[in-house]
Amino acid sequence: MSVVTNTTTIGAIDAPSRRNTELVLLAFAVAIPVFAYLNVGLALDGEVPAGMLGYGLGLGLLAGIAHLLVRKFAKYADPILLPLATLLNGLGLVLIWRLDQSPRLQAMYKTFSPDAPKQLMYSAIGVALFLLVLLFLKDHRVLQRYTYISMMVAIVLLLLPLVPGLGTDSFGAKIWIKVGPFSIQPGEFAKIVLAVFFSGYLMVKRDALALASRRFMGLYLPRGRDLGPILTIWALSLAILVFENDLGTSLLFFGMFVIMLYVATERTSWIVMGLLMAVGGAVAVGSFATHVQSRVAAWLDPFECLKTAPPDTNMAWACDQMTQVLMSFGSGGTIGTGLGQGNSDLIRFAANSDFIFATVGEELGLAGAMAFILLYGLIAERGLRTALAARDPFGKLLATGLSGAFALQVFVVAGGVMGLIPLTGMTMPFLAYGGSSVIANWALIAILLRISDTARRPAPTPAPNPDAEMTQVVRP
Amino acid sequence: MNKPLRHIAIFCGLLVLALLLRDNWLQFVRADELNSHERNKRVTIERYASVRGNIIVEGKPITGSVDSKDPLYKYKRTYIDGPMWAPVTGFASQAYGATQLEKLNDSILMGNDDRLFFDRTLAMFTGEQKQGGNVVTTLNAAAQKAAYDGLGDKKGAVAAIDPQTGKILALASTPSYDPGTFAGYSRNDEKAWVSLEKDKNKPKLNRALREIYPPGSTFKVVTAAAAIEAGKIKDINAATDTPEPYLLPLSTKPMKNHAQGCENASLMYAMQWSCNSVFAKLGDEVGRDKMVEMSEKFGFNNPEVDTPVRAAASVYDKKMDRGGNALSSIGQFNTATTPLQMAMVTAAIANDGKLMKPYMVDKLEAPNLDVLEKNEPQEMSRPMSQETAQLVQQMMEKVVNEGTGKKARIDGVTVGGKTGTAQHGELNKARPYAWFIAYAKTDSGSPVAVAVVVEDSDATRDDISGGGLAAPIARDVMQAVLGKR
Repeated sequence: MSVVTNTTTIGAIDAPSRRNTELVLLAFAVAIPVFAYLNVGLALDGEVPAGMLGYGLGLGLLAGIAHLLVRKFAKYADPILLPLATLLNGLGLVLIWRLDQSPRLQAMYKTFSPDAPKQLMYSAIGVALFLLVLLFLKDHRVLQRYTYISMMVAIVLLLLPLVPGLGTDSFGAKIWIKVGPFSIQPGEFAKIVLAVFFSGYLMVKRDALALASRRFMGLYLPRGRDLGPILTIWALSLAILVFENDLGTSLLFFGMFVIMLYVATERTSWIVMGLLMAVGGAVAVGSFATHVQSRVAAWLDPFECLKTAPPDTNMAWACDQMTQVLMSFGSGGTIGTGLGQGNSDLIRFAANSDFIFATVGEELGLAGAMAFILLYGLIAERGLRTALAARDPFGKLLATGLSGAFALQVFVVAGGVMGLIPLTGMTMPFLAYGGSSVIANWALIAILLRISDTARRPAPTPAPNPDAEMTQVVRP
Repeated sequence: MNKPLRHIAIFCGLLVLALLLRDNWLQFVRADELNSHERNKRVTIERYASVRGNIIVEGKPITGSVDSKDPLYKYKRTYIDGPMWAPVTGFASQAYGATQLEKLNDSILMGNDDRLFFDRTLAMFTGEQKQGGNVVTTLNAAAQKAAYDGLGDKKGAVAAIDPQTGKILALASTPSYDPGTFAGYSRNDEKAWVSLEKDKNKPKLNRALREIYPPGSTFKVVTAAAAIEAGKIKDINAATDTPEPYLLPLSTKPMKNHAQGCENASLMYAMQWSCNSVFAKLGDEVGRDKMVEMSEKFGFNNPEVDTPVRAAASVYDKKMDRGGNALSSIGQFNTATTPLQMAMVTAAIANDGKLMKPYMVDKLEAPNLDVLEKNEPQEMSRPMSQETAQLVQQMMEKVVNEGTGKKARIDGVTVGGKTGTAQHGELNKARPYAWFIAYAKTDSGSPVAVAVVVEDSDATRDDISGGGLAAPIARDVMQAVLGKR
């Protein structure tokens, strides 16, 4: 921060960079998970957990490096996003480690291996990707150039799980691909790439989509040729739902697209059309996909469904899981049982990934779960604020798309787990176990930081005016 | 683009709001319902997560807890002399829930009771493991053993009470079961449970509290008390105006007497040899309403006799006709009673007409042995005057000294009793129940009243069977209590 010494009339006072605020918040974001870790250790074994020092140092180191790089390469970036991501990731690690310690899960799965070390590795890769994005993406507008390449990449990513031999079908959903020892969920990365494509595409086509339309029953109907991409996305999301059994991802993509379309064109009719198409697609798929039907049955009344569903069917499974999740939340009550002292491992399968929010609900209670929801809400809010502040339409659209998708994902997962909407298999960003999710979300945060850096960066100081110096200096 | 963007921001805010509302609905409004849902294993996990407190008899636990080395439930319940104590303890099973004292005092035993809040908070700071409190019973180990051994492999039940306080001293029921065999949730536990469920002899039934039997002639003490109270009998040694054979009211059927010399017999003689005709006629003279009143004072027709384990309601029919009342007065027809109820009748007589409320939990203790709750003796009712009670006592003592209950005699102790053989089944064809009620008396009042019933015995069909089969068990129980004093 340079002291304002020039004496031009158009004095450009530096916007505060807020890097120190970020540093203080980061200290909290590291300290809280470390204490949580200590808490779990004390609750489970009555002693300070062995890995505490290494774990604390690891998390601190990741956060510290990230902070230094932000300080250097994105000086004006939003100061809250990085601490929020660090806090969520850190607490996620604690929760996964806590579930690793469950003797029940260990007894149940013969090939049990702890997930927390793997998640720590994925987090490190995620932070590395975060740094790479900040280092090499000096200006987010560069991404505009890759609009149509992004589209291709997104489609390829989304269809990869359907490639025989590459995709793996685990637990009914074909959303993973297997590369060597790793399973990757390409959908998580497709989320970002698609947002880039939508932003680039809509930036160019927004006027055509907004203005060249006919009025019909109070709605602006677009021309046929403009309708093409919309129908394509709709069909693509339906295809994901039908062929990959992935309700969450298809909902997420379609929702993200409608949001961006609305922001780009400022036309409410797109929302109405989007909703109609979403409902139409959902009804069509729901009427023949048993996978979706059992999820809906489990959503409507899981306890009742458990009694009526034939045993050992997909539906009985879905309902049983849902009842376990609901009871987990109920048992948490207002303040929860305390970390390490709940029984959320009764959910068994996917307790630390899709259902990790139930552990939050049970062990941290209503208070903790609400705090988590607000943390997520804050990330979306900072993203949207970034979109408001961005000066270029591409950046605006990209920030909107990314934060809108983030909010939708949180809603779909948390809402599904809490029984607000039918359950979909998606991961809670940063919290849930899963490499793809953590890595992709760190990249998402990096892009948001880059956009906010550009948005908040003060305009370059104009060249000093030699005349002004001559005439207006008043010296004591 | 900023205006729609603000709308999107509001939309995202609504999504967050919806999540928050849903969370409140789940974790605040529905928390209790979900937490206590029958499918929620957490209650059971919690119950067995720490060392469970014990049920205690005379300072010694009759239950225990072992580390079950199980990932789901940490501790398992064990029982000392399980079958003998099962009618008292009930069971606490990881798979099949809990009953009786184990269930009623679950929160104390588990250590979750509000009254243990201070202990729990303290334990939190000192880092001690959570522990359950204890339930201290009023039972007498020697009496219980005498009762259980006396019943042996016969089917039946024993209830013994301290007449002066109402403390339950023994509560035995055979055939019994060992609650320890299904305390866990393994396949073996399931096997044990299923075979108990299928057993025709119903070992899990608590016959002392939960089964009602026709009391037979033992009920005659109630009729005698009612007749004296109602003024129908002024002198128990005076002859009554009883024909032989006696025809039941509204019937042409002569009443059968097993005993000899019942014609115009005195009440004393009728009690000594158990004359049906005399008591049936007396019951008729006292009338149905007075008989109902008297039996209800003893605790009949009361569905809420809690010890704290609830006893089944004993029955004296309120709406029968005269003939039914006469038959009921000798413990037949619709009259049915739990062994506990007959022990209460005996206790009230032995306690000079004052009936104390029966109870079997003396006190509840915190893990550090602080007393959380102490039960004090309570008067339940006064079915008769002291004079009446002493007259009935005279007759019951005669029964033991010179009548049908000779086998209950104890040297140097005053014992009063009454035999009974209850016919039941279609046309009374089933094997009769052998009954015996008795009390012992010392200089400082009566320390024990006992009721014994033996089902389906090989007894002969006469009134002596109560005296022959049930009286020795009653004697052993009384001796066990007296030996302790």
